[in-house]
Amino acid sequence: MSWNAWVPLLVVMSSLLPGLIIFGLAEDKARLRIALNLFGALSKLVLVSWMIWGVYQGYHYETRLPLLPNLELVLRAGPLALLFVSLSTILWLVTTVYAIGYLEDSPHRSRFFGFFSLCVTATVGVALAGNLITFLLFYELLTLATYPLIVHRGTEEARQAGQTYLRYTISGGALLLIGTVWLYSLTGTLEFTPKGFLSNVGEQHYPALITIFALLIAGLGVKAALFPLHGWLPQAMIAPAPVSALLHAVAVVKAGAFGIIRVVYDVFGVEFSAALGVLAPLAWLAAFTIIYGSLRALFQDDLKRRLAYSTISQVSYIALGVAIAGPIATIGGVVHLVHQGLMKITLFFCAGNLAETLGIHKISEMNGVGRRMPWTMAAFTIGAFGMIGAPPIAGFISKWYLGLGALNTGQSWVILVLAGSSLLNAAYFLPILHRAWFMPPPESWPHEHPDKHKGEHKGEHRDKHYWGHKETAWALLLPPLVTAAMALAAGLLVTLPFSPLEWAKLISVREFYQP
Amino acid sequence: MQNAFIELPWAVALILLPLAGAMGCFLFPRISRTLGLMTSFSIVVSVVGLGWQLLEHGSYRHAVGGWGAPLGIELVADGLSLLMLTTTAIVGFAISVYSTTYFKPALAVRFWPIWMCLLAALNALFLSADIFNLYVTLELLGLSAVALTALTGSKEALSGAMRYLLATLLASLAYLLGVALLYHSFGSVDIAVLAQQMQAASPYASGAIWAALGLMAAGLMLKSAVFPLHFWLPPAHGSAPAPVSALLSALVVKASFYILLRLWFTLFEPLVNGEAINTLLGLLGCAAILWGSVQALRQTRLKLLIAYSTVAQIGYLFLVFPLAASMGSIAWNGVAYLIISHALAKSAMFLSAGNLLCFGGHDRIADLDRVVQRLPLTAAAFALAGVSIMGLPPSGGFIGKWLLLEAAIIQGRWDLVAVMILGGLLAAAYIFKVIGHTFTQAPVTHEAQSVSASMQWSALLLAIGAMLLGFLSLPVLSLLNISDITATSGVGL
Amino acid sequence: MNPASFYALVGIGLFCLGLFGLIMNSHLLRKILAINIMGSGVFLVLVALAGRAENMPADPVPHAMVITGIVVAISATALALTLMLRVASETGHATLPDEVEK
Repeated sequence: MSWNAWVPLLVVMSSLLPGLIIFGLAEDKARLRIALNLFGALSKLVLVSWMIWGVYQGYHYETRLPLLPNLELVLRAGPLALLFVSLSTILWLVTTVYAIGYLEDSPHRSRFFGFFSLCVTATVGVALAGNLITFLLFYELLTLATYPLIVHRGTEEARQAGQTYLRYTISGGALLLIGTVWLYSLTGTLEFTPKGFLSNVGEQHYPALITIFALLIAGLGVKAALFPLHGWLPQAMIAPAPVSALLHAVAVVKAGAFGIIRVVYDVFGVEFSAALGVLAPLAWLAAFTIIYGSLRALFQDDLKRRLAYSTISQVSYIALGVAIAGPIATIGGVVHLVHQGLMKITLFFCAGNLAETLGIHKISEMNGVGRRMPWTMAAFTIGAFGMIGAPPIAGFISKWYLGLGALNTGQSWVILVLAGSSLLNAAYFLPILHRAWFMPPPESWPHEHPDKHKGEHKGEHRDKHYWGHKETAWALLLPPLVTAAMALAAGLLVTLPFSPLEWAKLISVREFYQP
Repeated sequence: MQNAFIELPWAVALILLPLAGAMGCFLFPRISRTLGLMTSFSIVVSVVGLGWQLLEHGSYRHAVGGWGAPLGIELVADGLSLLMLTTTAIVGFAISVYSTTYFKPALAVRFWPIWMCLLAALNALFLSADIFNLYVTLELLGLSAVALTALTGSKEALSGAMRYLLATLLASLAYLLGVALLYHSFGSVDIAVLAQQMQAASPYASGAIWAALGLMAAGLMLKSAVFPLHFWLPPAHGSAPAPVSALLSALVVKASFYILLRLWFTLFEPLVNGEAINTLLGLLGCAAILWGSVQALRQTRLKLLIAYSTVAQIGYLFLVFPLAASMGSIAWNGVAYLIISHALAKSAMFLSAGNLLCFGGHDRIADLDRVVQRLPLTAAAFALAGVSIMGLPPSGGFIGKWLLLEAAIIQGRWDLVAVMILGGLLAAAYIFKVIGHTFTQAPVTHEAQSVSASMQWSALLLAIGAMLLGFLSLPVLSLLNISDITATSGVGL
Repeated sequence: MNPASFYALVGIGLFCLGLFGLIMNSHLLRKILAINIMGSGVFLVLVALAGRAENMPADPVPHAMVITGIVVAISATALALTLMLRVASETGHATLPDEVEK
């Protein structure tokens, strides 16, 4: 294999190998573990940047390894792949820093970081997959790698949450498997091709293709939390905050949404899908999920659960953008992949900070916290406004393009959905901001951490983490600020050549206009 | 030098070395562990030699003592037998390593000679080319397996072994009667010769031939523990010592299935091609998958769960009958792959269960106390093996499942697709039931015994092997397709 | 019918009788005896079908098979009897666990 063929494989290995080594480390080797983690994250960043620069120059990066007779494992750096992989890489780096701070003195960190690295390996594999079987392989690997993170705390609740998670994701995986094998038996190939590879399939197979589409979307929809397959997501909040951040911004949920994009654009092709008539149901389902998620979010008092339902709602924007089937809506959907990731991870980091530093888990406990933790709440505010869709934060850009795309294709009802969703977002985010900034703080913050430190070391813990005049540990403070700044930048600096928006435009052009 | 290495009689070595080892272990009990381990290693080397030989010369035929068939015994090796021999060698070696530290000296002196006999029987079975020699090796295999099952002398082990013995003897006798009828009809016991005769005679096959088919199939199905003839498996596999359960589930039940596969697709092929009996076997396979998985889910003891999982996995193997039109087809490849992956994964599971038993003194699933932290290698071994059993990527089990699904969809057998997917989901349910409990704390913590490194690593390496198989499909399948017996046989005597 | 067919049928009859006995009896010794009867039935079939034309000696191959079979049956019976004795001494009954001694 030429050097260029190795690069995608190395990108995947750059988190796999450190992860495997970390599994073997003793619990107290914190420095070595941190070094390995950061080394992996940084080397991945370097490799991905190299690939982006190379693709810009016109190089081709593709790894092909034999997997089955006539089917290969393919890792390819196309524009969509690079978009997702760079999002994953940057956010992994940031989340690693956050996790190191969050889990300081927690038990079983080697195990945690080992599986953490495996998660990122799987996500990067999903991003770089060049055909449906490679995608399936890494998609299932993602399920297996995230399970230990959910049950990490080892409590009975965590175990039950893990069982629920598995029930959904493994069933989804089974549906995806049937769809993939069936498609392979009909077409003999599974390579992702812009505009799809189904042009040669005869008309008598169209009902089969519709069923396959349904199977694939159902399988992907579990991870993407489309209604009614979203039930695992609020339960999975039992995991530590870095896991929720990773799951909801980068790995699991995005992998599902990314898969939906791949299936509609690179397996079926947008025009073919529209001709088959499968996009309209997808659009309705996405729209329903958007409203449903926002409505459920209104009634949650637990902060992480409210954010979870918000995620359910927001990720369906991506599916909606795909289902509207127009070039401008495509831009909106694809770019929201990045924007939602940045904004949501900021919100989860802030929620984690509140929980870790002050023991706040519920919104009703958040009165006046803006005074105590101003930087954290500033980042939270930026994220919240982005969710609502206020310019100039990134969320506004995606909603704008989605709305424009809907008008363009004559589906004006989507505008109602978008407007309604923005209103609901405002309805459940603005009260939080109001509480945090404008209400007087209580006498003391709830310091208990009911599911983390089991009794013995509580006193010592509190002394060690008494921040005094500091807001919180820098490892906990810096990541949300960085991601909030990125969300702001993604909105303000849209015209720069490497901004997510320009990238999304490139992807849309390839899908719709190039022969 | 290289040529000399290839030309050694590896097939003969594969049978003689373990027999010699068995006698050595019996006569010199004090060094039985070392002797057993060395013999096991030499089997691995011999299989490598044989593999090389096959790659150079194609399928291999050797007349023992220079006396050809039908009076003499011939040894034949082709792709399928090579794969079974390799699996036996690798899994056997891992089990030998495990057993060096697992057994206390009193049991060890009884374990090693019988284990070596069992290995000899397995190797001879995979190298046999006539149906009577298969009978002899089946009997040797069955008796050794029963003796090993009864090794610990506990009540459950003895009863399980007794039931196993009765079942296996019944099966062997049915098989022998079938052999008698076939010999009477065709005048030979050599498989290649019989296949040719059957081809000619099949349009007017007499009652004796059909009876032979029925008897041999029934006997082999009883030995392979396919539903509803699986009743002897859970008590035997569940109460035997861990390495014995591993070799029983991974190797012994596969041997009789191998024979069934051979006979069905070479000897009886003109008779059964396209007949309803294939559907019947497929139906039994489906029932095995569902019944075995549901029963596994209900178990509270780990070893019984794993034993019922074996019952379910054997069901998958029986799906080859409705799906494979011939050898070399997709379904054939899929089943061969499943056999190998299951052997590695199931043995890894049983060895992990043995570790857990050693560690906590019990194997109750709900009381697995934070094993993932205290015995990480074992937990990892169980989890990785479980991934292969569930058929999730990347693993050998996934490749096998993919191939079978492909074959089923191409032939429009949606019922089989549904059963396979359901089987996978149920497998995920019972495997993750165990894994979930390895994370949590048990209500009562037990005093932990230490588990030796060789025991933990042998389990883990087998499980890693099952995963690596997920990436090796091309070399393995090309080995499988080294020419088969009927194609290269001469007319015979 | 000729003697060969008669003996073969007797052999098959023994096989079936043995099978019936194996399934219906609960005492282990009777089960073992049933297996032996089945074995004898199979050997009888082999010998009976070994005959060739009137004045030719019988086909030796089935005879060789029977001898092999007898050897195997002896070892199997020995193992079975030993196991039965151990089961009886451990559990007090010479039966399998879920069957009641009649």
